[in-house]
Amino acid sequence: MFLAALVPAMLLAGGALGVGPKQLGADPVRTLLHSCGLTALNLLLITLAVTPLRQLTGWNNVQRLRRMLGLFAFFYALLHFTVYAWLDQGLDVKAIGADILKRPYITIGMLALLMLIPLAVTSTNGWMRRLRKRWQRLHYLIYPIAILGVWHFWWQVKKDIREPLLYVVMLGVLLGYRLLRAPLRRLLTSRCGSATVRERT
Amino acid sequence: MTRPTDPRILPSDITRSELFLNRRRLLELGVAGAAFGASGVNHLALGADAPPPVDRYKAPRNAAFSVTETPNTLEEISSYNNFYEFGTDKSDPAMNARAFKPTPWSITVDGEAEVKGSFTLEDILKPQALEERVYRMRCVEAWSMVIPWVGFPLGDLIKRFRPTSKAKYVAFTTLMDPKQMPGERDRVLDWPYVEGLRMDEAMHPLTLLAVGVYGKVLPNQNGAPIRLVVPWKYGFKGIKSIVRISFTENQPRTSWSGAAANEYGFYANVNPAVDHPRWSQATERHIGGSSLFAKRQPTLPFNGYASQVASLYTGMDLRRYF
Ligand code: HEM
Repeated sequence: MFLAALVPAMLLAGGALGVGPKQLGADPVRTLLHSCGLTALNLLLITLAVTPLRQLTGWNNVQRLRRMLGLFAFFYALLHFTVYAWLDQGLDVKAIGADILKRPYITIGMLALLMLIPLAVTSTNGWMRRLRKRWQRLHYLIYPIAILGVWHFWWQVKKDIREPLLYVVMLGVLLGYRLLRAPLRRLLTSRCGSATVRERT
Repeated sequence: MTRPTDPRILPSDITRSELFLNRRRLLELGVAGAAFGASGVNHLALGADAPPPVDRYKAPRNAAFSVTETPNTLEEISSYNNFYEFGTDKSDPAMNARAFKPTPWSITVDGEAEVKGSFTLEDILKPQALEERVYRMRCVEAWSMVIPWVGFPLGDLIKRFRPTSKAKYVAFTTLMDPKQMPGERDRVLDWPYVEGLRMDEAMHPLTLLAVGVYGKVLPNQNGAPIRLVVPWKYGFKGIKSIVRISFTENQPRTSWSGAAANEYGFYANVNPAVDHPRWSQATERHIGGSSLFAKRQPTLPFNGYASQVASLYTGMDLRRYF
């Protein structure tokens, strides 16, 4: 899984060096920027899919992948930002600052990236132990981050919103599942009376 | 136009473009061969197949109307396109326009003009002398290219139709044919694509109708068989695959400004001082070049053509009429 999550980065690096199957096309900076952004968003959503997957399938081992997936989402978001700041904007601090302040889609992208930092930092076992209950609460930040990420995508397309719409739907399913799970369960348990609904947390 | 001469030579670029095309053709043949069984190599050896890239439009360069920067390669020009009729991704048009048939072609002329009717492309082209013009192309998305178009001034064609005194604007329409243009099956824009110019803009000697690039027939994805090029405006003004030219008294409703009037104006003059609501127009990334680390370049007022065209807009508030 570790290697699988590195594949996009390796393909892009290969493309940049002119080797391998992935070609970056006429505007390689844009290709890098967009691929890293999309990979970050994909990984965020995959991370959010871990818990439902475990609850629905009972496949408890996936849970162990969750932190690594989240970290890779951060890794690609950071790469995405680096491509933007360095390759696209040439590290022009003034232009970047103006963009972050003036372009709403970049403002919320930046917000999402900043919110990912504490999550990445506290992703170690040590921090998990130290923060205990607060760790869980802190890591609920992943929800607003995912929302901001999708929103950021939505706002930057010119006209064709089909792809971001797909992400809105996927995010909606993942968040909706969490919102509806408890009430649905309650409904089911009350209906089925004593039927055993195994509680997994 | 008054930019320093680029030391890199042009003819080499033209050879380069040929190499690229050949490589692409080889690839295509290989794929076609594979699809038909394992005979790809034989096909190549026999040289059987599609006609070679047509050099039909080799034309002398009009140096007075050409920039001296190195043009982008044909590969770049024909693989990175915004042509939503063939899909919204920049690589879609090259893929989805392969089956498009730009011949036979005719253009309907109507509205406020004395000469109206339907004209074949041959009718249109016969009296026009073609010339090559190397123009800068600035996309509204803040990237740019340099392109050696082959074509003729739109103004020369317009004179042949003898527009009346009521003709204040010219509107252009792209072919509407969802069978051939799969992008038109999705309502991303209000098809067919419509663009327009004020009459004085249309008559300006820089405004070109292009039928070729690098001396070759326009690739389908670049707007074959005939398209508009207005080098001081954002690329979306350069309507492609034109089937109708209408002379109108009122400003036509154009596709992009109709879709989002606050983001895309009717004039769409390249202007580094007026940002798109969602991104800056102050700089642009030049497509091509060898390095990933190439710096963005500043965008010039009227895309560097201010000395020729700024006078068209004296007294106009370009922030309001963007
Ligand atoms: C969690 C953080 C982020 C995520 C998940 C994310 C995701 C994305 C996605 C999915 C795209 C669209 C890719 C496509 O169209 O194929 C994108 C585009 C973009 N993002 Fe981000 N992004 C994040 C943070 C940022 C930050 C911090 C910045 C800059 C400060 C930024 C700047 C951009 C830019 C400039 C584009 C391209 C817009 C264009 O081409 O017009 N993003 N991002």
